[in-house]
Amino acid sequence: MALKFDLSGKVALITGSTRGIGWAAANALAEAGASMVLNGTHDADLIEQRAQELRDKFGVPCDIFMGSVSDPASVKRCYMQIFSRFRRLDILVNNAGVLSDALLGMISPEMVENVIRTNLFGCIYHLQEASRLMGRNKSGSIINISSIIGRVGNEGQAVYGASKAGVIGLTLSASKELASRNIRVNAIAPGFIKTDMVKLLPQHKFEERLSSIRMGRIGRPEDVANAVLFLASELSSYITGQVLGVDGGMVI
Amino acid sequence: MSENNKLLNAFLAALGEQDSNEIERAEYGVTTGWDSMAHMQLIGEIESTFDVMLDTDEVISMSSYQRAKEIVKAHGIEV
Repeated sequence: MALKFDLSGKVALITGSTRGIGWAAANALAEAGASMVLNGTHDADLIEQRAQELRDKFGVPCDIFMGSVSDPASVKRCYMQIFSRFRRLDILVNNAGVLSDALLGMISPEMVENVIRTNLFGCIYHLQEASRLMGRNKSGSIINISSIIGRVGNEGQAVYGASKAGVIGLTLSASKELASRNIRVNAIAPGFIKTDMVKLLPQHKFEERLSSIRMGRIGRPEDVANAVLFLASELSSYITGQVLGVDGGMVI
Repeated sequence: MSENNKLLNAFLAALGEQDSNEIERAEYGVTTGWDSMAHMQLIGEIESTFDVMLDTDEVISMSSYQRAKEIVKAHGIEV
């Protein structure tokens, strides 16, 4: 019996794929047999090293694309590259994002611009281009990484929360528009996950957030990656327009 | 099949039953059946038929059959 999470023959793009959730998701999809396209913005050496790791570990083709998700011209070039190389795209994980916190009175226009551009505009540009490439094969799965903050909000995270709530709105609308072409669009709303972003938190904030998780532990990037694999695979073939919380029962 | 016939067939596949003679005068939002949903289907048909990837500006500006011909030609296909 063919495994329903086997992704052999599929092509997957993950934005922001060198660290944290993106890197864990890249491992999960590559392990399932998908050909990979990794994306990053700053560190070309690191992303090439990551790509080589996937090639060596799982024997899958792995391309890289350096470019910002918030630059529409760069996003177009990304899809031209995927089209030239693979002629198809089956899975998009819209993961690239930035976290920037500030109380309402201290939010600068530059911060708003940076967070919304990366976290929301980037998702829109990628979803737009990916859905067209997927439409050629009349199938695909788009997975947008939102956040628990986009669902329930948090003090000091108005801009971040707005950007991640926007991702959920995008997911819901796009899922309705693309369902007839058999392209599924879902979001994942991670809770408190052990990534580089978390390392910036002061100890008392870390403890406070940890105590709000009913399962009593911080989430691992792999916990989110497992949800990505599920939504990318045939196991979720009748699921679209959903927001899947991966938060260990966190309460904010 | 000629490249021009391939383009005609892409339009017929996306817009549904049409008089093939009328297709050459088809315009977005005017020709019956050519709404925004059919437009995206048309783009998919053209991309698959000619194995090209259209730019978003081209998608938006493809407002008629004649304009579609120009766009396909710009990708090196003689229609």
